[in-house]
Amino acid sequence: MQDVIVQNISKSFDDGKVQALDDISFSVEKGELFGLIGPDGAGKTTLFRILTTLLLADCGTASVNDSKVINDYKEIRSKVGYMPGKFSLYQDLTVEENLNFFASIFKTSIKENYSLIEDIYVQLEPFKNRRAGKLSGGMKQKLALCCALIHRPKVLFLDEPTTGVDTVSRKEFWEMLKRLKKEGITILVSTPYMDEANLCERIALIQKGKILSIDTPQKITEKYPDKLFAIKSDNMSGLLKELKKNDKIKSAFSFGEYHHISFNEEYKADHLDSGFLNSDDFKKIEIKSIMPTVEDCFIHLMSIEENYEN
Amino acid sequence: MKQLIVFIKKEFKHVFRDNKTLLMLFGLPIAQIVLFGFALTNEIKNSKIIICDYAQDVSSLQITERISKSKNFEIKKTIIDKGQIEESFKEGDVKLVVVFPVNFHNDLYHKNKAQVQVIADASDPNTASTLTAYINFIVGSYQQEINNGTDGAIKIIPEIRMLYNPELKGATNFVPGVMALVLLLVCVLMTSVSIVKEKEKGTMEVLLVSPMNPFTVIIAKAIPYFFLSLINLTVILLMSIYLLDMPMNGSLILLYFVSSILILCALSLGLLISNVTETQQAAMLISLMAMLLPTVMLSGFMFPLENMPLPLQVVSNILPSKWYYIIVKSIMIKGLGLMSIWKETLILTFMTIGLLFISFRKFNIRLQ
Repeated sequence: MQDVIVQNISKSFDDGKVQALDDISFSVEKGELFGLIGPDGAGKTTLFRILTTLLLADCGTASVNDSKVINDYKEIRSKVGYMPGKFSLYQDLTVEENLNFFASIFKTSIKENYSLIEDIYVQLEPFKNRRAGKLSGGMKQKLALCCALIHRPKVLFLDEPTTGVDTVSRKEFWEMLKRLKKEGITILVSTPYMDEANLCERIALIQKGKILSIDTPQKITEKYPDKLFAIKSDNMSGLLKELKKNDKIKSAFSFGEYHHISFNEEYKADHLDSGFLNSDDFKKIEIKSIMPTVEDCFIHLMSIEENYEN
Repeated sequence: MKQLIVFIKKEFKHVFRDNKTLLMLFGLPIAQIVLFGFALTNEIKNSKIIICDYAQDVSSLQITERISKSKNFEIKKTIIDKGQIEESFKEGDVKLVVVFPVNFHNDLYHKNKAQVQVIADASDPNTASTLTAYINFIVGSYQQEINNGTDGAIKIIPEIRMLYNPELKGATNFVPGVMALVLLLVCVLMTSVSIVKEKEKGTMEVLLVSPMNPFTVIIAKAIPYFFLSLINLTVILLMSIYLLDMPMNGSLILLYFVSSILILCALSLGLLISNVTETQQAAMLISLMAMLLPTVMLSGFMFPLENMPLPLQVVSNILPSKWYYIIVKSIMIKGLGLMSIWKETLILTFMTIGLLFISFRKFNIRLQ
């Protein structure tokens, strides 16, 4: 049973000058925790707005929980929960007032669905008389999540819920999502953080309005075609330039404190030494074999897409 | 229904928790009324006047002496040259000139009739009419005295000229205008800003993705400002009547009824503006441009419409404030009833319905 079905959705802005979404198709199973992973400007927010009936697609069809996004927009609006990327609650109302307000406009009460939000709300309770604008970033996100959940939605859309939130709160937030999943709520979450991809059941990598790949995080990383190595030295920027020039290297890009590299076919690099480097300028070279991450896959897929375009 | 009530409560909280909004809502009208009020109610004392005495005889000197004794006047100088009169007015501080013609005394006792000319600077119409009345009183009592209780054979005829503003548009004309201005400004500004704020803060996005009907949103937005405006109206009325001595000759209920229509009209206009703008600044700017300038210039309370070129007179018809201004004057000053103002009221009603219809149609159920 599929809860979200997207078929050939395209959307452009400014009279077609900006192609936000380009022929997107995918579906999300009922009760699934589905991640939409991509950088800023990839089209995640536009896609969420189309699915929550806030925008009309230029072409293509989509349905959420068996309701069509265009014709049945009223039904969708009463059965989905939506948390926009920007904090969108009333800053001059208190925590409790915000929650009460959203409960009322969804024709329910805090009491009715308290079990669903209990875990989150207990953390907010000490601040229930504080105005929402005075909460910390993590608390704001929790409150926003509570408000989006208060009517026990069938499908939950979370647009970059962890952007601008500290690491601890981010971790807590994902644990909450896992608990919600157990309640049978289908969750679509978007994030620019690649490391969060592994926390989803399935992910779609999205870039420039196109989906690069859809699968479980494991399968996506398994599909990485080459053996991957991490390399570091005392001169990282010089090393990257050298690596990009080196004809034995297939790909090289910086990745945190290491550069990630893969080799061309003819150079079988099972041995971890720096023999492939033409220069002796680099000291303290360290090479190790690594498993590709989702981010490696993303960069790989992106470069294929770019080559294809050129 | 519960949705609506909760939403209205929320709106009231927004208003009462934001000092800026409160200031605008209640400070603005009070400030305006007080400003206009002081311009109108300043007691006229020690007004500088000029005596232009060509006669220099017993009677003219006697009247001049009486004028100089009055606390209302301070005789700045006595001149003979008529050409200097206009110049003295332009210098600014002279409010009035009294001119005695040659042979004033002779005319008075031989022809039993003499003229005295009173020229006032009517660019401040209220002061001008008050001062000429003072002069009239002094001249009149002098006339009574020389007639000495007889049947009034001797007459002094004051010939009054109002310079700069012969129509004497003044005091009582301002208050209805200010009422229209304040109600329109506050309502349009507040409603447009309050909806655009939801767009700007992103809360509109969340509201749209909810079972809430757009109509409920609009009504919930309008109702608090409707009631706050009625309070505002009451404050303005109280101040006008007790502070500015504005007469209230007509029906108060009728006045509130018509004012309600104007407020609704302004609210619909505010909704319309909020539907087509994206930022609070834009909404504010449009509200001010669309409200303040035309209302001040074209509703007839600052500048008489009759003196305007025809195109402007035609344009003024689309301003709700023009009709409201006429209605308020009719009710408060002339004490007329609905029968006399039904036409203006009907026009105002149609405007309101039209604007409300357009703003409902224009309300976006989506973001684009």
